[in-house]
Parts: sequence; C-alpha cells; structure tokens
Amino acid sequence: MADARDEIDALIGQFARLPGLGPRSARRMVLHLLQRRDQALRPLVMALDRVAQTAQPCQRCGNIATAPICDICADPRRATGEICVVEDVADLWAMERGQAFTGRYHVLGGTLSALDAIGPDDLRIPQLLDRIASEGVREVILALGATVDGQTTAHYIAEALEDSGVTLSALAQGVPVGGELDFLDDGTIGAALRARRAF
Amino acid sequence: MSVHLSHLTLSHFRSHQRTRMVFDGRPVAIHGPNGSGKTNILEAISLLSPGRGLRRATPDEMVRRPQALGWKLRAEFATQDGPRLAETWAEPGQSRQVRIDEKSTTQLALGSLAPMLWLTPAMDRLWLEGAEGRRRFLDRTTLSFAPDHAAQVLAYDKAMRERNRLLRDGVRDARWFAALEAQMAEAGARITANRRAALAALADHADPDSPFPMAEMTLDCTAPDDLASALAENRARDMAAGRSLIGPHRADLRAVWTAKGMEAAQCSTGEQKAFLISAILANARALSAQTGTAPILLLDEVAAHLDAARRAALYDAVCAMGAQCFMTGTGPELFAELGLRAQAFAVAEKDGVSQLSEEYP
Repeated sequence: MADARDEIDALIGQFARLPGLGPRSARRMVLHLLQRRDQALRPLVMALDRVAQTAQPCQRCGNIATAPICDICADPRRATGEICVVEDVADLWAMERGQAFTGRYHVLGGTLSALDAIGPDDLRIPQLLDRIASEGVREVILALGATVDGQTTAHYIAEALEDSGVTLSALAQGVPVGGELDFLDDGTIGAALRARRAF
Repeated sequence: MSVHLSHLTLSHFRSHQRTRMVFDGRPVAIHGPNGSGKTNILEAISLLSPGRGLRRATPDEMVRRPQALGWKLRAEFATQDGPRLAETWAEPGQSRQVRIDEKSTTQLALGSLAPMLWLTPAMDRLWLEGAEGRRRFLDRTTLSFAPDHAAQVLAYDKAMRERNRLLRDGVRDARWFAALEAQMAEAGARITANRRAALAALADHADPDSPFPMAEMTLDCTAPDDLASALAENRARDMAAGRSLIGPHRADLRAVWTAKGMEAAQCSTGEQKAFLISAILANARALSAQTGTAPILLLDEVAAHLDAARRAALYDAVCAMGAQCFMTGTGPELFAELGLRAQAFAVAEKDGVSQLSEEYP
C-alpha cells in the first residue's frame, strides 16, 4: 500500500502540471486543502466529480456544456443570424465576459499550423459550414488571434465561405479601452492608425 | 542633445574580469594589440541594443573562461531627461536578461535607449559573399528607420516556414496554401516597402563631398507586386524544390559605384570598405535628421584599410555629426588625427585578463 506521503506528492504533481501552477504553488494548494478538509477539500472533490460526470462539448458549437447542447445554442434569443468564430473555449468565455455579443459561437478547437501538424481536418470547419446552411446565418465574425496562425486560419475560413453568401467580418485591432497610447507597442499603434475611422 | 553612453562596467564578460569606463560623449578610440579585448568592449556596448550583438554570439559564448560564472554589463546613458540605467546579464546556460532603470524588461525595450549602428571586419566581405549577409545588413539598416520591420520579417518567416512544411509534406490543400500566401504577401509588401524607404533615406543623406564614395544601392528583388498570385502559380515548382523560391526572402542588396560603373564586388578591398563606411555615415545622418539624436556608432578595426587622409575624413565626419563613436585599432597612431576631439583608451592582455587604462595627452 502506498505511503500517504507518496499519495500527497502524487497529488502535488498533478496540480503542478496544471497551467499557471508550479511545484511551489501546487504544494501550497495541497497543504491548504489538507488543512481544510471539510470546507475546501471535500467540496472540491465533489465539484470535480460532478464536472467529470457532466461536462461535455456542445454538439453544435464546441463550447463546454453539461448537456448535449449548451445554454447559448439552446437559447432562441441568441439566434441572431450572427456566429462568432473563436479558437478555443477560453476565447468564447472571454467574449461572453464582455457581454457585447448576443449571437452564437463556433469553437474551432485550435488554429491551422503546418509546423504543429494541425490541419483543416483537425479543426471544426466542416461543422461551421453545416451550421451556416442550417441556421440561417447572415454574418460570420472571425474573432481569431492577431498571430500568423490565427490570421492564416481566418484567411482559410474566409475562402471556404466565399460562395456561402454570408457577410464576413473580423475583430478590429488597436487601442484597448482605457489604454494610453504611451503604453502601446509600435505594431498596435500602427494597426490602430490603419484601422482609424471618421470621428 | 544626443544621447551618449556615460558609464560602462563589464563583469566576467569574455576577457574582461571587471572593466569600468567613464565616457564624456566625445568619440572613443580604443587601441591595443590583437586579442587584447578591444572588440569585446564594442560587443558589450552592442548588447545594449536588441538582438545578439555585433558578433551574433550566444550568451554562453560571452562567458569568461574558465570560471564560467555568467556575465553582466551595467551601463548608464546620459539623456535629455536625465540618466538611464541599463543592465543586461546571463547566468550560465540561461538566456540574456535585461533591466532598465532597475525594472526587468524585454530586449526590445533596449531599442528605446539609444539607436546604435556598427561596422565590423566580418562585414568587409559583405559584397563578395552570399546574399544572406547583405539582407541582414539591409534589414538592420531598415530596422533603424522602421521599428515595425522586425515584426514584419518575423511574420513573413513564420508564414513561409509553414508553407515550406506544406510543400515538403506534399499537402495539396489549395485553400491552406492561399491563406499562408496571403500572409506572406501582406508582410512581404511591407518588408519590401520598408527596405526601399531605408535605401532612399541613405541616398538622401549621402555626402557627395566625402572621400568615401557612396555606392548606388538598389534592392534586387524578383518578388512580383502581386506576390500572393505569383506564389500560387509557383506552387508546383516550389513543391519540387521543397521550399519557396520567390519572395522578399530571396532579395539581394546590389551596390554599384556609379562613377566607375563597377559592381561593388569588382572594386578593391579599400573601396568596398569605403562603401560600407559611407552607408553607415549616411544611415547615421538620416537617423539624426529623423530623430534629432545621432546614433551611437561602433566601428571595429575601421582604420585598418584606410590611408591617413581617409582616416582624417572619417573622424571629421563623425565629429561633425556629434555622434559618440567607439573605434578600435591596433595602435594609437591610427587615431592621431582625432587629437583632443576623442577620448583614448589602451587595452592590454595579461594572464588572459584585459587591462584597460585611459590615456591623456
């Protein structure tokens, strides 16, 4: 039978593998949980178990849901004819935090990268084309990163949708809300200037 | 007022165990025998700008042997807004770290301290060797005028590497190719425009009365205006080669001495050196006109191929510009024409350690 210390070390190892955590923060977390078994450890175990049992990808958009269709796709008020295409669920959550978009999403599950062996077949692009035909979509908003891979993926989707009749748009790039020009890098200032609009 | 380096300390950097120098803004002449550690000082200064420095060495190659403790450079710049402190160092096996005004920052932030241009003996064969060295020289010149140039080059290279992988893997997805070619075309157009603007700036700031002839430099770029379409048409040929055969990554810098109608590669060694010097001086003048600040110049062994008249002309040009120019040479006589217009340092090597002393007339 394994020693309790081995079990705890294994748990610390599991935490340390999570994004944003290292061995030191993992040790602090485990110690915190062990010192508060009823208030923190057991509720966490139950929450993890519940999520492990119920979390699944939405069959329509790829969001994480507790049912085959997520709340956003199931909500008829969000059938606005607009689909926002994002790279992953974290980006979908970021968009939702902004509370500015009232339509539905489509999670690609990554971006094209030949060097990382991620091709069009590894992304949920065929499902996007199906949805455009079946959901009466009028506009597709490409909310992909301003990286080479993000923009390559955007170009790819744009070409794939060329004959679909939908309006294509992409997020603007430039000065963040509340941002000061002095703190922006040269590339962002250049992008903002190129994307200037009448005032 | 130009920004100048006022203090520099090298700790365990190559042959320098601990070297401290104080500068007053005048040009700096450093002389000493071969292998005494003169170029190491220039390399240290070049590391106060973004990149790998004038030798393009890795941090581990700059470590003082055999101790291999890591190295550190500490510098103070005198600016219009007061002194700015810059530190850069590397622990053994680690990447280079940077701190400006006691705050950790990125290497790119060093670019905001003082523009810097350099000329090394390794560049003497620039006009004779492959196009890669000339492209690097051109891109470094371009970067001094257009800060976004590095981002464009990185974006272009990334898209091209992705496309090359598709070519080598025999992928035939036209849409994927088109998406990457659009990226290459967008970044490529900016790269070519930036390079052309930089060459135009050099031509505008050439000194027609200088004894250093300015070669007419042109961008030899076969990339068509519609690069995306050309790349699409060229896919079959590129697939056979396993790489992209057209684009600004294949551009070359061509230099012709118009007075003689000769390609730079056909000119004498001294004339080729003179072209480089005239290009560096034109670059410095253009930057001064653009920013109001003369760049720091690092001229390694610059006097070696120059006769006394040309040396004097170079020193006059540097002094007229008000640039802080660091120059190295094997003997003090190479800098005699500078007189009191420059600070002078002597470097010697003893038991593998560089010893530095300032010389006063």
